Amino acid sequence: MWGVIYVLPWLIGFVLFFFIPLLASLRYSMSTIQANAEGIAIQFNGVANYIQALTVNTSFNRALIEAITDVLINVPLIVIFSLFLAVILNQKFRGRAVARSIFFLPVILASGVIMTLESTSLIDAVNQSSTGGSSLGTFELENLMVNAGVSDWIVTYLSSAVDRIYQIVSQSGVQILIFLAGIQTISPQLYEASKMEGATGYEAFWKITFPMVSPLIFVNAIYTIIDSFANNAMTELIRDTGFVKFDFGLSSAMAWVYFLAIAIILVIVNIIFSKRVFYQD
Amino acid sequence: MTTSRLLSLEHWKGWLWAMIRFVLITGLSFVILFPIFQKVSTSIKAKGDLYSAVVVWIPQNFSIDNFKEAIRVMDYWATLFNTFALSATTTLLTTASCALAGYGFARLKFRGSNWLFAGVILTILVPPTTILIPVYLNLKSFDLMGLMTLIAGKPVNLLNTYWPFILTAITANSLKAGLYIFIFRQFFRGIPKEVEEAAYVDGAGIGRTFSRIMLPNAIPSMVTVMLFSFVWQWNDSFYTTTYLTSSKVMSTQLSSLPYNLAQQVTDGAASQADPFYLSMIQDTGILLAILPLIVIYLFVQRYFVESVERTGIVG
Repeated sequence: MWGVIYVLPWLIGFVLFFFIPLLASLRYSMSTIQANAEGIAIQFNGVANYIQALTVNTSFNRALIEAITDVLINVPLIVIFSLFLAVILNQKFRGRAVARSIFFLPVILASGVIMTLESTSLIDAVNQSSTGGSSLGTFELENLMVNAGVSDWIVTYLSSAVDRIYQIVSQSGVQILIFLAGIQTISPQLYEASKMEGATGYEAFWKITFPMVSPLIFVNAIYTIIDSFANNAMTELIRDTGFVKFDFGLSSAMAWVYFLAIAIILVIVNIIFSKRVFYQD
Repeated sequence: MTTSRLLSLEHWKGWLWAMIRFVLITGLSFVILFPIFQKVSTSIKAKGDLYSAVVVWIPQNFSIDNFKEAIRVMDYWATLFNTFALSATTTLLTTASCALAGYGFARLKFRGSNWLFAGVILTILVPPTTILIPVYLNLKSFDLMGLMTLIAGKPVNLLNTYWPFILTAITANSLKAGLYIFIFRQFFRGIPKEVEEAAYVDGAGIGRTFSRIMLPNAIPSMVTVMLFSFVWQWNDSFYTTTYLTSSKVMSTQLSSLPYNLAQQVTDGAASQADPFYLSMIQDTGILLAILPLIVIYLFVQRYFVESVERTGIVG
């Protein structure tokens, strides 16, 4: 009874601003919509919008595939990177407080307009090109690895990761926080005991830290996926189709295809993780 | 003999790791701070320094003209005030409504509450883009199930007002609210049941227990939610540029900054604008937009980092 009262504000909002719009959007996606002075006229037309999005529209497929590959490439990098940094930031060293506050700065700065404007800044572009094409000089590193017999595919992946280091760092703020909080809940006795048994730091990480935070790896993977899907070329395209070209039907159909794609990825990730995650209780 | 050598080996390993760690952290910190330094450096340059080959970081001629220009074009002070008011309002309302919902889901189980919580998760998973158009149309002629027609005679247009933000914030459905409910739920679940039972035994009702016992305990998670909510509202371009096209808030001003600059700096003759000079003012504008956030962060960061660690996002 009391529970209902506490949840009620959310429930009203959920119905008004989420559930009804969700159904409406599904309906729009299967309709032709004409907006005129009296309001909007909705006419059912089946899957025509979906067909148009997938086969006629020139940029939809490309944007969708780009968005998905981007996520598939970035998520493992971000998760591994943020776990690594959380472990480092958890160690005791001089200047730890400063380092922590710097690493969480991107949580505050990296979003929305600022990122978009940044990528169009001429001065940034000029400064970048003056430091020489590939910004951190990964060319030599690539050669080295290829000569050492590392497979081409891995080399490209890693060197592209180095080139996108700013993007990765700036997208991992929240994830580092989550991992850091998780690591700090691990009881210190575990580490003490393992040290007595003669485990090295490396072993302690793989035998204690890693299994203990593995549920958080799942959480972070999901968070990263959702976060990187929230704002990209695909959402831009959907918005443009809706609010610039006023093709609400097509825009809704695109949004639903997009949502389904995300849902499928989330389900796959869920299946992969549900078998491997270690739960303490 | 062997033990001492082993000891020194351990010592060297420790030292080496500290070195590597130092280089890594310094390097990555630099990567994060570099764009900010660059903007600061750009913003205090005089126009002439742009083409001077001598100037890289520290300008030859300091000048605050860029700031003056950016402040004028962005209508900075009014924008700052509006953005602050909007973010603060939504932050307070969102925190309150999400704390209520989080507590309800964590402790006051009722029939179907698990299903409703699945609804919360759904709001996190569905991209906002999917429901943007219906919500937009809904707000454009907001009717609240015929209620508005009853009172005002016709549906009201809520676009370009703060109402969309206030309404979604009160009802815990604003930007990323699902995440905040999740954080609160996790936190309240972590508080021992005995605390609550003791309060009940002492004769406190549910409302009183919540406001006197649970909320004061929840301050760490409240700090986290408030900071996230404030900052993400401040930076949000997704909803703001859709709902508030003509109001002066930071993110709409920023996104129209390149256009406004080209219009105003050169008195409308866009073709005569020097793109580098425009870019310079644009960078100053970005700096001005994020400056308040950085200042706030400097004050709360220690508390914030600590609070997240105790928030129980982790469960």
